[in-house]
Amino acid sequence: MTLLLLLLIPLAAIFLIMLRCPAKPVAVWGAAANFVYSIVMMGGYDTTGSAGSKIIDGYQFVIKYPWLDLPGLPLISFHLGLDGINAPLVFLCTTVTLAAVSLTPATIKRAPEFFIYVLLMSLGALGAFLSLDLFFFFIFHEFALIPTFLLIGIWGTQNRQFASMQLTLYLTLGSLVLLGGILALVLWSGANTFDIVDIQKQLANTALSETDQFAIWPLLLVGFGILISLFPFHTWAPGGYACAPPAAAMMHAGVLKKFGIYGILRVAMPCLDPSGAAWAYWEPWLWVLLLGNVLFVGYTTVAQKELPLMLGFSSVMHMGYMFLGIATFDLIGLTGVVMLMVAHGLSAALLFAIAGEIQQRTGENRMDQLGGLAKRMPFLATAFVLGSLASVGMPGLANFAGEIMIFFGAFNRINFGAYEAGQAVPLMIVVILAIWGIVISAIYSLRSISKVFFGDLPERYAEVRDLETFQERAPYILLMAVLLLLGFVPSIITSNAHQSLSLMLGGGS
Amino acid sequence: MISLQEFINNWLAWGLLLLPLFSAAVNFIWLRKENVMAQIVSVSIAGLIFLIALGIFYDRIAVPPGALIKWITIPGVEGLHGFHVEIGWLDNALSRAMLLVVTGVGFLVHVFSIGYMDHDKDRARFFGLLSLFMFSMIGIVIANNLIMMYIFWELVGLSSYLLVGFWWYKESASAAAKKAFLCNRVGDFGFLLGILMYWGTTGTLTLDFESEAGQAALAALGALPGWEVTTMGLLLFCGCVGKSAMFPLHVWLPDAMEGPTPVSALIHAATMVAAGVYMLCRIFAILDLDASWALTVVAWVGAGVCLGAAFVGCQQDDIKRILAYSTLSQLGYMVMAVGIGAPGAAMFHLSTHACFKAGLFLCSGAIIHQCHEEQDTWRMGGLWKRMPITVGAFLMCALALSGCPYTAGYFSKDLIIELAGGSDVWGAQALYWIGFGAAILTAFYMFRLMTIAFVGKPRTEPAKHAKEYGFVMIFPVVTLALFALGAGWPVWGWEDYYGIATGGLAQFSSHFEPAWLSKVVGWSFFAIGTGAAILLYLGKNEEPYRRGFMKVLNRKFYFDELYDNLVIPAQQLVARVIAWVDDLLIGGLLVRGSAALSEFSGQMLRLFQTGNLQAYAFLFALGLIILFYFVLFRLPLAG
Repeated sequence: MTLLLLLLIPLAAIFLIMLRCPAKPVAVWGAAANFVYSIVMMGGYDTTGSAGSKIIDGYQFVIKYPWLDLPGLPLISFHLGLDGINAPLVFLCTTVTLAAVSLTPATIKRAPEFFIYVLLMSLGALGAFLSLDLFFFFIFHEFALIPTFLLIGIWGTQNRQFASMQLTLYLTLGSLVLLGGILALVLWSGANTFDIVDIQKQLANTALSETDQFAIWPLLLVGFGILISLFPFHTWAPGGYACAPPAAAMMHAGVLKKFGIYGILRVAMPCLDPSGAAWAYWEPWLWVLLLGNVLFVGYTTVAQKELPLMLGFSSVMHMGYMFLGIATFDLIGLTGVVMLMVAHGLSAALLFAIAGEIQQRTGENRMDQLGGLAKRMPFLATAFVLGSLASVGMPGLANFAGEIMIFFGAFNRINFGAYEAGQAVPLMIVVILAIWGIVISAIYSLRSISKVFFGDLPERYAEVRDLETFQERAPYILLMAVLLLLGFVPSIITSNAHQSLSLMLGGGS
Repeated sequence: MISLQEFINNWLAWGLLLLPLFSAAVNFIWLRKENVMAQIVSVSIAGLIFLIALGIFYDRIAVPPGALIKWITIPGVEGLHGFHVEIGWLDNALSRAMLLVVTGVGFLVHVFSIGYMDHDKDRARFFGLLSLFMFSMIGIVIANNLIMMYIFWELVGLSSYLLVGFWWYKESASAAAKKAFLCNRVGDFGFLLGILMYWGTTGTLTLDFESEAGQAALAALGALPGWEVTTMGLLLFCGCVGKSAMFPLHVWLPDAMEGPTPVSALIHAATMVAAGVYMLCRIFAILDLDASWALTVVAWVGAGVCLGAAFVGCQQDDIKRILAYSTLSQLGYMVMAVGIGAPGAAMFHLSTHACFKAGLFLCSGAIIHQCHEEQDTWRMGGLWKRMPITVGAFLMCALALSGCPYTAGYFSKDLIIELAGGSDVWGAQALYWIGFGAAILTAFYMFRLMTIAFVGKPRTEPAKHAKEYGFVMIFPVVTLALFALGAGWPVWGWEDYYGIATGGLAQFSSHFEPAWLSKVVGWSFFAIGTGAAILLYLGKNEEPYRRGFMKVLNRKFYFDELYDNLVIPAQQLVARVIAWVDDLLIGGLLVRGSAALSEFSGQMLRLFQTGNLQAYAFLFALGLIILFYFVLFRLPLAG
């Protein structure tokens, strides 16, 4: 068993499509093979976490060899590994990829290209999640962004040019700031390598000076933050997702966006000292901005009139919870972040896919023009209700476990963090206001359900068709089944994630 | 192979929770089109779990110790709290009594639904949702920790949302479902904060205050200042305010009557709305801490709803709305009972109320059906001749609700009123008279309803041709009516349960001396209300008194208008303004401004820049250069 195969399977599928094999079947079989293989890898994952010989520094299935070793430049190595933090994300990626390629109609224009781009996104995301070397970590993500732009620019709807341009500029800017942070980290750490594990070991011995940390924190936070649509750098996301073809919105909102959160967990937190003075200076900014995500963007979502835009804003709003979990620096909260990354990825992908179906079947995306569609589309209505309930944080679906752990983590932090009363009270107010988000998200989610699916069916939609065959329904059933499974048994993810996180927190800071 | 005894000891009890879940899953996945099969599965499982609950109540089936699953386990590190959530079972007299109520009424409502939903093409979904509700409700009852309770708390909210909106193609049903969910969400927001606060101060989530962890938690809470434990208690009470529809979140319950009538009977009268009261009993030890005055607030909120809803009930015309306001009022009694420190009395009233209110709703459902979906009592009339069994059962339940001497409702309501007078809560005398006044109003609005709808001449065509139903609808109604009459008698040993959650019923003494005077007072409020209603409404064909204050009551104190015209528009306005700011400031000026800036630089470098990808590549390269410059410039400073 090797992690390399996870990257090789999509690569092989891409080559087959380039060799003029029928695009959709190849893409679906490739994605399915990767999905199955990722489950096999999870099965082989040593959940006991005991110090067996195959576990290196907490990582399993490690592949490592030097790639570029030029004198005077830090060593770049090809280093892959799996632990409790990225394993769920790999699973998320293969699941959403499978759903995204199988619900795209084979008759889409320029089909081979389309499927190649989606598979490239998947490949890039997997590579970024698996890489333990900062160079490949960064490059794989950039690699996945290019097909994102193309997918929106070529197959998008409405004002796709503007959306694609705005998204491009924004994400480029984010990557740029991020690159600054990464390079500073690599060069100042003194480890003379891009290898994340080696940098961490070096920094565990001699931590970065406060001035260095003072500069790197905002670079990483803003860099990753732009990629995650941190308020007020969020405006690229809703418009971009609203214009994107469903598969691209699913892959980016569901999977690729998680790269930013993952990066903060993987790079920023273990390498920088979250109890130092530098973080103490920047921390309040994060608390304020995440509140912007939850409340400001939350209320913006309430005012949206078009379904895809509303879903885009809602996706931005939920990023606020992820930032809250990160701001806690608490084992419970961070485990919740890992859980919520997967859960949000699945539910966002499900909702974007349904919004795409509705738009395609009715030619309409304004919610007050739609209505009563449950009569004609019982299956899509069920799927949409389930996806909305997931994003509202209904128990029994995966998102709830993530959200609740983040809230508990936040309380833990404020209770026991080294805060004085003057600091703890404002933080507590922030947390309480953020929890008010569960009401806001219920407002817009239920509104969209009742506007789109309940009530009277307008005459003009009397002939609209539901998904009828099993092939059509399968991708939705897949996403719903995984949401339910993780909702009932979240410990599948949390038990491994919290072990890896506690190792990381204990060893890094 | 495990032996039968082993199976009964270790697994059968969990069937109580798992069988309804199984039924719901089967109905949703395989039986969506198989109405009859879905019905058989759902109803037989409802019967089965009632038997299991009986077995547990009479100690024939053991409740296994330990958790069903460990849901999430995260150990605490370095003095931080750990997070342990399991699906476990806290088995005591309180939960056993509640299980019996939930599964008993649940089973009867399932049976009734066979007849009631006879013509609905979507029965499979209905029965699947009923099973989902049973699963969630049983989860609340057995929950041994607050997160588990919160999980199932949300799930009953979900079942309620889906069942109120069962006829989703009606705009009114869709709106009512949304309203119910949102009001509950607001309450749950407070509830969740209360849970977080409890966990934050004690490090545990347990509801078992007899256990070591529970004792330690109470000791930790006892050391806190009064305002803190009071705040915590009131936040936890928020959960009850949402679920049991207390003021100011009470507006959803009357609207929830848009759901099918069996749903109103089971969820919005007998069990789910009472879950708030049950939860208060479960956490009574937290509310009852010495430093806390949360219970005083609880008692007064309960009393206010009790009286206010009873007033509103007197001027409603829709049969289900009258019953809905009556439910609000009775929930007010129960909450008040908890507030005066008598959770046992609250549970007693909850149990008897579940019987007679479920009975009333089921009867009203049968009546509405026969009158061709007519719910206005003024458009019925003379029904006692045409549906004697249903009307008889309605009368028996109504007598119990009105507190007719020696019916079940008389014992339980009288107990609460008497206890309120003797309690040491602030304003105990006032509580006594409020309870007394609400009891008169209860008798008044019930007999007003019956005088209008059942006697006199039929006022519409369908009411003339109404007829009695078959066995599946008669049997549950009559059973509930018999319970409504007899369930409160002392022979059933209710006194054993008065001490639930407190370990003894405090200061139960007659309010007046001698004791017989108290009894006469108790009887008199039934007599006054009944007599007034019959005198005022006998022979009337339309509402004669709708002026002034009566008009205010008819409009429910204008709460709906307040929410529709003030709270919701305010929220909308905030959302619009914020969206506008977002679009204009952040989206427009900042982003498009910087986009314009980059476009400008793009124009300058037109030779190299022709499209998106190129712009991207250029900015990327430019960034690299700036960055390397920055890093190299910055390096000496760091070193």
